[in-house]
This record gives sequence, structure tokens and C-alpha cells, in this order.
Amino acid sequence: MYIIVSIAILVTMVLALVRALMGPSVFDRVLAVNVFGTKTVLLLSVIAFLYGRPDFLDLALAYALINMVGILAVLEYFQNRARRKSRTKDD
Amino acid sequence: MIDIALDVLSWILLLLGGACVLIGGIGGLRLPNFYTRIHAASLTDTMATILIFSGMMLQAGLSLATLKLFAIMLFLLLTGPTATYALANAALLSGLKPDAGTTSDKPKENSSE
Repeated sequence: MYIIVSIAILVTMVLALVRALMGPSVFDRVLAVNVFGTKTVLLLSVIAFLYGRPDFLDLALAYALINMVGILAVLEYFQNRARRKSRTKDD
Repeated sequence: MIDIALDVLSWILLLLGGACVLIGGIGGLRLPNFYTRIHAASLTDTMATILIFSGMMLQAGLSLATLKLFAIMLFLLLTGPTATYALANAALLSGLKPDAGTTSDKPKENSSE
């Protein structure tokens, strides 16, 4: 049963990677990377049960924290850039 | 008897979660513009997280693993919508127009990168 779920998650990760490569805007890429990170956490948790090794859950927890911080940092950067661009356009 | 019922329930939850994950992936790839894609991805993310982690919690029973699973689920439920909100806000501020899904963004938006 876990193997079906993990295959579904892996297929979705491939689809997210395709979207990240296709673009077209930079936010599509950030969205795809965000989806990829969330699916990584899910996959790690499912693998912990698939192989009966609960230590993987700690890895999933740590990865969730890192993923969140990374996405917010990237978005802060793009938001600031958009604000700067609109300010110079007004001047 | 109770064990079998819990097993079946957790399998159903896990399979529904897998279906949600797949639907979100296909929607994120196939929908026409950015705001429709963010809709598909974020909603199915939240739903799949709840379903898959509930299924695994039923399998784990009462143990430390259940506590960890609950912590991960809570964290994902807090951060997923936050990241989606920040992403949509950044896109709106940078001038990507929400268009109710009628137009595709393929021909335009070449200059935004």
C-alpha cells in the first residue's frame, strides 16, 4: 500500500520538475520548487513506514523546516525586487 | 475485528491521499496560467497532507512515531498556506494580473524573468 502512495508522490515530483523547467514566469518555478519540497517531506515519511525505519521521520521534520525557510527567503527577495522596480518606474 | 477495520480505513486514507497528490501534480502542470496553477497545487497539498498523515497515524498506533507524524503534519499545515499566500502576494506585487483562467500566459510575460 505504501508503495502505491510513494509511486504517486514520485510521479508528482517529476511533473513538478517539468513545470519548474518550463516556467514561464519565475513564480511558476518557485511554486514548483515549493511543491517539490512538500512532496519530499511526504515521501520521506512514507519511506519511513515502507521500510519500517522510524528515524526517517526526523529527517522529514528537519527537511520541512529547511524548505519553509528557503521558500520564504526567495519570495522575500522577489517581492523586494518587484517593489524596487515599481518605485523606479514611478520616478 | 477493530484491527482490520483500522487497517482498511488507513488504506483508504492513504490511497485517497495518493490520488490527491497526483491530481495536484497534473493540475500544476496542465492548467493555463499561474493563479490557476497555484490554486491546484496548494489545495491538494493541504488535503493530501491531512489524508496521508492520518493514514500513517492509524497504522502507527499509539507511539512516538505518531507524535512525530502529528508534529510534521501540523507544521506542514501551518507553512503550506503561508508559503502559498506569500507566493501569490509576490506575484501580484510584481504585476502578474489575475485573469480568471480565461487567458493563457504562454505568449506574454517574457520580460518578467
